[in-house]
Amino acid sequence: MEQRKLFKGKRTRTPGGETLVRLSGVRKRYDGGTEALRGVDLEVKAGEFFSLLGPSGCGKTTLLRILAGFEEPDAGKVVLAGRNMRGVPPYRRPVNLVFQNYALFPHMNVYDNVAFGLRMKRLPEGEVRERVGWALELVDIAGLERRRPHELSGGQKQRVALARALVNEPKVLLLDEPLGALDYKLRKQLQVELMNLQEELGLTFVYVTHDQEEALVMSDRIAVMREGRIEQLGYPEDLYERPASRFVAQFLGTSNLIPGAALEGGRVETPLGTLAVNETLTAGTRVTLSVRPEKVRLRRRDAESANRVRVRVDDIIYTGAENQYLLDAAGFELVAYTLNADVQEPGHEEFDYDEEIVAYLPPENLVVIHE
Amino acid sequence: MSRPGGWKRLLPTVGPGAAWLVLFVLVPTLLIFYASFLQRDAHGWLTGPLTLDNYRRFFGLDAGGFDLLYLNILGRSLLLGLVTTLVAIVLGYPFAFFIAQSPRKNLLLLLVVLPFWTNFLIRAYAWIVIFQRKGVLNAVLGHLGLDPVQLYPSWTAVYVGTVYTYLPFLILPLYASVEKIDWTLLEAAHDLGAGRVPGFWHAVFPQTLPGLIAGILLVFIPAVGTFVISDLLGAGKTVLIGNVIQQQFGASRDWAFGSAAAFVLMGVVLAGLWLYARKAGERGMEELV
Ligand SMILES: Nc1ncnc2c1ncn2[C@@H]1O[C@H](COP(=O)(O)OP(=O)(O)OP(=O)(O)O)[C@@H](O)[C@H]1O
Ligand SMILES: [Mg+2]
Repeated sequence: MEQRKLFKGKRTRTPGGETLVRLSGVRKRYDGGTEALRGVDLEVKAGEFFSLLGPSGCGKTTLLRILAGFEEPDAGKVVLAGRNMRGVPPYRRPVNLVFQNYALFPHMNVYDNVAFGLRMKRLPEGEVRERVGWALELVDIAGLERRRPHELSGGQKQRVALARALVNEPKVLLLDEPLGALDYKLRKQLQVELMNLQEELGLTFVYVTHDQEEALVMSDRIAVMREGRIEQLGYPEDLYERPASRFVAQFLGTSNLIPGAALEGGRVETPLGTLAVNETLTAGTRVTLSVRPEKVRLRRRDAESANRVRVRVDDIIYTGAENQYLLDAAGFELVAYTLNADVQEPGHEEFDYDEEIVAYLPPENLVVIHE
Repeated sequence: MSRPGGWKRLLPTVGPGAAWLVLFVLVPTLLIFYASFLQRDAHGWLTGPLTLDNYRRFFGLDAGGFDLLYLNILGRSLLLGLVTTLVAIVLGYPFAFFIAQSPRKNLLLLLVVLPFWTNFLIRAYAWIVIFQRKGVLNAVLGHLGLDPVQLYPSWTAVYVGTVYTYLPFLILPLYASVEKIDWTLLEAAHDLGAGRVPGFWHAVFPQTLPGLIAGILLVFIPAVGTFVISDLLGAGKTVLIGNVIQQQFGASRDWAFGSAAAFVLMGVVLAGLWLYARKAGERGMEELV
């Protein structure tokens, strides 16, 4: 099989297709009393790579299990490919799930595992052979047909699990942290392969992860979940550039969160002084300003004007690609990243421990969070 | 062993186990095998010369003509073993699942092993009390206005007693397997389109095989050879191969014939197991055991 291209440029957005998944007001409380889902609404379109992102225990697996049919919601509606799924058992749903721990049948070899779904549909053996061959080729494990699951590496098991689901050509493929158990390198590689697969075959993915970077890299859209609710839903850039809550700002990447009170004329009174923002606010409301560390500009000397804050360099963390500065702004802590590649840029400056410098927080990079 | 050092190095590890097996399994088996070719002297001791008479007699090829007596008895015993095993599976298989999903599994397990705390003879006599003409069962039937039944002594009583005695030996190993079942495999099967029955058959049943097979062996082998149960609940009227063997070593004092009968029984059981294992192997189940 030819080496896959690493990256295929910008992913196509807003797939025009029909809505394949529609959840409205879905609630689920387990017997133990935990309220795992507290009213979830979302829609996934055909051909979309949709991610559910959130910390452990926020209800991602529960949502996926409701889609797959292993749990019935206490309230709300689940519609898959235009059909209401109430009372429809898992084996009659147009979806397949890739389990977090793979759940391969240990007493069957790779071929029989992948053929399982087709045989349950009573396809003729000839067609089964053809389609299993296609699926194994697709995930690059042709040749391992006779192996048992315990004779496979983690990455190979993951591929078998994927082939076993894909071979049924589900309308929606549900994936529960499929790369969670793999090491970093393999994870990166499989991320790209999964993305390409999804795009080439025009598949619809509902992808669960707690890895924000993975979600940002792979998804067309992301739903950030928190304690059984969707906190924010949107395109990756939107979530990153315009987080709607402190939780999203902190869960996706790192953020400086500056509490403040709105003043007249788009200004906010904060512990760092008065900062200008590109938004008109009602005076007196309490807001939080979020600014990404890489969007804080550091200068040794700068003209005294708006949104410039005097800071002292507390600590410098060298991570290879960037320098991370921990800054002390009169008791308030700020974080700023500078790219090491910028060394060649004119005007680039590097700073020393305890140096007094100026941090510039551009108004267009200050996101106002109303909470 | 290809290298002479090889088995010397192995000796300390397998040595004790091997010695135990040789002393308590191999030597007695060989002694019985040897005895089965000897004869009974006037006082009931073993004596030479070597002969095939015992086996001839067992297979009904005696001088007196063709007699199927012992083969019939052997057949009866095998039937008892088979039926007991089947009934134990029918009762025990669902029960193992029932225990595993119950919130009171410890209590249920205790109930399964509880009979072992009472002497076996006492439990057998309890069945007699239930089955005898003026026993518990007929008292209950009388209250319900039904005719009394004559179950002691009878084959029915022997069958009930055998199933009762060996059922726990099926349930316990099976339960151990059921307890370890990975239920996500059933979900995976459902997810891939398998309904309830195929899902169970392809995803759950294979996981119970190790316990089921162990249970079958633990029930079938002793059930085929039982003699106490038929002695008590059949009151000597239900003769099994176990009774024959016991009698030769006891009252009849014909150890040579008893040895031959014991050896035929062992041969038949081993042959059966071998066939079974081969069949299971053909279906690719051997890795499960
Ligand atoms: N079978 C269950 N019985 C009772 N409570 C459950 C059950 N399954 C999950 N929960 C609870 O429901 C909540 C959501 O669980 P869920 O498995 O959906 O989380 P998750 O987002 O998938 O977490 P993770 O990232 O750790 O997999 C948790 O508080 C969990 O403890
Ligand atoms: Mg989970």
